[in-house]
Amino acid sequence: MGRILTGAALALAVAGALSGAALAQQPTEVRIGVALEPPILDPTAGAAEAIDIVVYQNIFEGLTAIDENGAVQPGLASSWTISDDSLTYTFKLHEGVTFHDGTAFDADDVKFTFERILAADSVNAHKELYTDIAEVSVVDPFTVSFTLSKPVGLFLFNLGRGDAVIVAPESAGNNATTPIGTGPFAFVQWDKGNRVLLERYEPYWGELPALTKASYRFIGDTAAMTSALLAGDIDGTNNFAPDSLAVFEGNPQFKVLVGTTEGETILGTNNRKPPFDNLKVRQAMAHAIDRQAIIDGATYGYGTPIGAPFAPHNAYYTDLTGTYPYDPDAAKALLAEAGYPDGFNATLKLPPLGYARLSGQIIASQFAAVGIKLELINVEFAQWLQDVYTNHDFDLTIISHVEPFDIGNYANPDYYFGYDNPDFQALIKTLNETVDDAKRKELAIEAQTILAKDAVNGYLFELAQTGVWNAKLAGMWQNSPIEGLVLRGIYWVE
Amino acid sequence: MNFLKRHPNLTIGLAGTILFALLGLISLVWTPYPIAQIDIARRFLGPDAAHWLGTDNLGRDMASLVMSGTLTSFVVAALAVTIGAGIGVPLGLAAAAWGGPVEWLVLRFSDFLFAFPAIIVAILVTALFGPGAINAVLAIGLFNIPVFARVARGGALSIAVLDFVAAGRLPGLGPASIAYRHLLPNIMSLIIVQGTIQLSLGILAEAGLSYVGLGTQPPATSLGLMLRDAQSMFLIHPWLTLVPGLCIVLIVIGLNIAGDGLRDAIDPRLRQVNANVVA
Repeated sequence: MGRILTGAALALAVAGALSGAALAQQPTEVRIGVALEPPILDPTAGAAEAIDIVVYQNIFEGLTAIDENGAVQPGLASSWTISDDSLTYTFKLHEGVTFHDGTAFDADDVKFTFERILAADSVNAHKELYTDIAEVSVVDPFTVSFTLSKPVGLFLFNLGRGDAVIVAPESAGNNATTPIGTGPFAFVQWDKGNRVLLERYEPYWGELPALTKASYRFIGDTAAMTSALLAGDIDGTNNFAPDSLAVFEGNPQFKVLVGTTEGETILGTNNRKPPFDNLKVRQAMAHAIDRQAIIDGATYGYGTPIGAPFAPHNAYYTDLTGTYPYDPDAAKALLAEAGYPDGFNATLKLPPLGYARLSGQIIASQFAAVGIKLELINVEFAQWLQDVYTNHDFDLTIISHVEPFDIGNYANPDYYFGYDNPDFQALIKTLNETVDDAKRKELAIEAQTILAKDAVNGYLFELAQTGVWNAKLAGMWQNSPIEGLVLRGIYWVE
Repeated sequence: MNFLKRHPNLTIGLAGTILFALLGLISLVWTPYPIAQIDIARRFLGPDAAHWLGTDNLGRDMASLVMSGTLTSFVVAALAVTIGAGIGVPLGLAAAAWGGPVEWLVLRFSDFLFAFPAIIVAILVTALFGPGAINAVLAIGLFNIPVFARVARGGALSIAVLDFVAAGRLPGLGPASIAYRHLLPNIMSLIIVQGTIQLSLGILAEAGLSYVGLGTQPPATSLGLMLRDAQSMFLIHPWLTLVPGLCIVLIVIGLNIAGDGLRDAIDPRLRQVNANVVA
């Protein structure tokens, strides 16, 4: 009997190997390389884009979902109605939805999610987007209504962000390490420093994705990423360093997808700290920056110059790049007026991102020309989050703000660059409460103009998304209208 | 002149080393272009009359970078050797002169440092005190200490049994005086040879540390940092990695040949002595 069983097991193993070989020709697994490892995997508890790259719309879903074009689509809510005064939103929820631990999804989870975001001890990175929610009430298990204290122009969009994905009371506490959501992919394991594995969640309520497995490999080094792509260790990456893009351009085994992102790359300036609290100093720095040189040098021409923290492809965009044009003489004159005729010394903390490190060297050279001597300090990402983002211990930094429509950050005086302008805060408040599109555009342009004139940060360029993928993969997002790398549409052709 | 002719190794090695050292020294007062001067419009130029070694990805002049980078590499390595010899040689001499517990302590201290691979020690130091050229000096110097301590002790032990040392004891010289007046001068050649070899290892170590981002930081430059900057573009612009890479190879070969030649030249008997050291 034992022998027969062994024989059966052997036969099974052979059959398994054969079907494995068959599967190799029709892969349903994708291995994606990403530069940054997320600090945690709970998108409702951290600001890092790296979290959303792994989990957004893959593991977790919101009531609404943002599509490839940045438009709001139904998510866990199948439909909704909005009251005439724009204060009450009633959502009809999908039925038969389960979390990956098997628990059912219903209106109580929605209520729990938003109470968790708004709780006093909430660690949500964008609590301020949801503070106008006065009440979340469960009408019946599959109907939930939101009452707002005032109209919020982007409310449906905000519900689709990674910050507002629906979590369950049973599992929310552990989402940082074992995320449990309702999405088409379930979390399998996280080998810290190496990769995160996801697997298709078969009982998924919606259309099942073509991929059955996905893994995210964390490869911080461009040369290592290049080798991994060429060797076939990974099938693609959503954002590849532009300096080596030429390796893959014209290679028929790969396709290069160039699209837009919501990433405004800025020279983050600590407005709390002298001399950066002086408007003249900030204006001088703005005049000292030669954007085109930075774009050519750091992004190989793939970036778009910006004069305010606003995406150029947005309908509300206005071109303010001419506010403080590149003019080293004007910069020197302003520095002298500000009391720094010989310039000053400052530090520039650079996160481990190719564009930041390269831009840093170029800006140091440009600033040296007007007398500002920068000391470049390269930091790891966790240290950057702690020093710069959390503790505000920095002079200058370079980072891309990849959230859509994130101009509201400038209305938060506690944000890391510490811009405290009551007029601007009032303007953003009005903007958030305005629903009429023409009026919103007018206000958004006014807001951009204030930020450009105040030279809060150095506005460098809008980051392009330069993805490199295996030529046989299809369905990746070319543009990145929201932080994330959505797997559900990806499939192998042939 | 005849001396150099009799020792071609030494001549070639010294010539190469001195050439690079001079290039580095000249960079103190003059480079073709300022090394921090970034000019995107002129990047990725091949070698020509204006830029002898071309320009890098930020439009910096490669020849200027190589000159300045060589200086950094030499200075870091030389300081590290100074630290290693300055602490290691007295320790080794003390071990040989006093013996007993002193010797035990010095040897165990050396074993302890040897137990960690050099690069791990270096990463530890730079991780504790932050990356930078000065910390790289400390890190590389630290793992030079036991090397010099061993060489000094080995050399001194073989001298200490000789008659003239015993004669030195007769007028009442203590171990410290013996070590300083009789042992040190006689192992000086050993130390110099070891120093040359450690210098080449130091240059490699500096390049390694800078390559992993723990050594020299921009806007300063070193050969290892140039390699690091260029490696992501190796497939497209291999020239950018070839230049600093070949420089490192040439300097290290030059120093090693010079070290070998020096050993032959200074005292043929030292070979014998050195064999004892290794044993």
